[in-house]
Amino acid sequence: MWSLSNISSAIHNWLNQTFNPTWAMIIEMFIAGIAVIGLFALLGLVLVLMERRVAAWMQIRLGPNRVGPFGLLQSAADTVKLLVKEGMTPNGADKFLFNLAPFIAMMVAMLLMAPIAFAKDFQLWNLNIGVLYVTAVSSIMVVSILMAGWASNNKYSLMGAMRSGAQIVSYELSAGLSILTIVVFTGSLNIADIINAQSNGWWIFKGHIPVLISFVIFIVAVTAETNRAPFDLAEAESELTAGFHTEYSGMKFALFFLAEYINVFIVCAIGATLFLGGWMPFHIGHWKAFNQVMDYIPTSIWFFGKTFFLIFVIMWFRWTFPRLRIDQLLNLEWKYLLPISMFNLLLATAIAILGWHF
Amino acid sequence: MFRETEILKTGSQILPIKQNLEGAGDFVINVGPQHPATHGVLHLVITLNGETIKKVEPHLGYIHRSIEKMCERLNFRQFIYVTSRMDYLSAHINNHACAMCVEKGMQLEVPDRAQVIRVIMDELTRIASHELWWGAMAMDIGAFTPFFHAFREREKINEIMEETCGARLTMNYYVPGGLMSDLHPNFQKKVKEFITLFKLKIDEYDELVTGNIIFINRMKGVGILSKEDAVSYGCSGPAARGSSVSNDIRKLYPYAVYDKVQFDEILETGCDSLARYMVRIREMKQSIHIIEQLIDNIPEGEFQAKTKAVLKLPKGEFYSRVETARGELGVYIVSEGATTPYRIKFRSPGFSNLSALDKMARGSKLGDLVAMMGTLDLVIPDIDR
Repeated sequence: MWSLSNISSAIHNWLNQTFNPTWAMIIEMFIAGIAVIGLFALLGLVLVLMERRVAAWMQIRLGPNRVGPFGLLQSAADTVKLLVKEGMTPNGADKFLFNLAPFIAMMVAMLLMAPIAFAKDFQLWNLNIGVLYVTAVSSIMVVSILMAGWASNNKYSLMGAMRSGAQIVSYELSAGLSILTIVVFTGSLNIADIINAQSNGWWIFKGHIPVLISFVIFIVAVTAETNRAPFDLAEAESELTAGFHTEYSGMKFALFFLAEYINVFIVCAIGATLFLGGWMPFHIGHWKAFNQVMDYIPTSIWFFGKTFFLIFVIMWFRWTFPRLRIDQLLNLEWKYLLPISMFNLLLATAIAILGWHF
Repeated sequence: MFRETEILKTGSQILPIKQNLEGAGDFVINVGPQHPATHGVLHLVITLNGETIKKVEPHLGYIHRSIEKMCERLNFRQFIYVTSRMDYLSAHINNHACAMCVEKGMQLEVPDRAQVIRVIMDELTRIASHELWWGAMAMDIGAFTPFFHAFREREKINEIMEETCGARLTMNYYVPGGLMSDLHPNFQKKVKEFITLFKLKIDEYDELVTGNIIFINRMKGVGILSKEDAVSYGCSGPAARGSSVSNDIRKLYPYAVYDKVQFDEILETGCDSLARYMVRIREMKQSIHIIEQLIDNIPEGEFQAKTKAVLKLPKGEFYSRVETARGELGVYIVSEGATTPYRIKFRSPGFSNLSALDKMARGSKLGDLVAMMGTLDLVIPDIDR
């Protein structure tokens, strides 16, 4: 029961019975596209509100609580405001690139949705190189930031974009290597396989120290990759006013803003999938009754619970830590995280070959 | 230097000449007058080489309200109130300097009660100012949360001020010869409550910010201002004491009852941003110490000396100096024997401290410039007046 796969397969069967297979597939693609866009809008609203509430909680404030019950409609109201605002293009800007950049940011975020398993058997595209796909596509994000910074014809934007370029390219290495640790343990790049391999325990519990290290490195690296504080040098508001999106307004700004939050969601979803078992319920050895109770909780709730826990951690960072300087940021990556994660990968490989993990 | 707009206007014709001009290929950005890092309308023209700063050129005057000229048109009772608007974060202390200068000229004896209350108020102001600085400092280097924590405690001081003086920012509580009104009956109780609370909170500040490894890395070894430079640029207050220049006016030229209370002059030898940060944090503890000594010993008596309705300073020149939260504030009055000053001049701490920024910032990264400005604790109306 509670399984989303029943619903999806029911729709699939009905479509195939009613239409011929080609039309059925086209209709399914439309349904999936609309579902992704809907999820996007919903996640954007929820995450923005969540960030503001978390920030308020850490800062002994109340946060938005006027629009709608508990301020739930606040971000909807903000979206309407941004939609009707004038989207200005500065004089001397490269108009084509300037307007293209936010859409690339959005497209990257949308593409990243494809291989994520939201619940048991509920995945848009069960790609056999899922993890590789995620790391590859997420690196296109830097193109949109560089584009926005260059096309804005603003020195602050340019500096923000340059910082961001250096930062994202560096931190992708650590993120990639820590993902590889799990790939080494599982022996597969397929996200469904990785989740299934965790049916008898999440990797963070059964992977010994290498997985713990790579989990920490992964969280640090993705925080940097998504330009979140303490690594938010690309937008560093006290130095560069708003960094690469200084000149953006209205919906074009909103797209960047939304893409940032969706990216946070996606990297946390990847983290939850790789290290915390995705939609796998929490099981303890031979406690049959306990395990059954855990199984009773829907898999989608497990997935979103883990993801939102990681999102909360990343928000916690943002509202606690001061920002690093650009040279310290690059030092941290090239002098500490990268050597550690390389060594860690070797250790993980040794453990995987010798079969020392549980 | 030529302006960027001129190049744009003249287009390609100027190109051959352009390369010979000084500063031609430089990457120049304007930080301010509207910029989140400058805490006001300060305009810094920064020449960059990538992320590294080659030159910082402060442009002043955006909030110049000619306070000195305004003071010359007001009489000796009135001009004190204008000075609350100079360094609005230490309004009490500014008023203290002006009131003292007038008292010196008229040779007024200020009652003991007024002297003690003035010192308590000054120290409360200093704590409030340093708290705001602490929050803004953390915000400059990217941590938002401390700002709200700092304001929570500052609010308590504002409440105390509001009860006694009726105002929260520009208090106008000091008059020549004493105070404008007596203390509110709740004053002592509230101040004691605040002290108990604040002693807990200052440790919390250390936990949240001072001990943070990112914070220490951002502050340590950047913005070096050597002792010689601090003296030659005329820095004062915590900015100079971070470079171990002993210049606390409360110790060197004691006024009011500062010679009767026990406190230490805080000196740090680091010469860097962290040293200046630590000076302020430790100064807050000293201020608490001073208030603790005085709060139970406020003498009874008059709060104001008997003065004439219209004050007239004798012909001559008068100078007084106090230690504000930012450094040494000097008030220089030239009187012709009339009811208004003939000329008045303020020596404001922020102006001299800002002048050292270029020296400190050269060769460091853009992100550090913001942190350095934070440690100088600039209040722009104090610089421009």
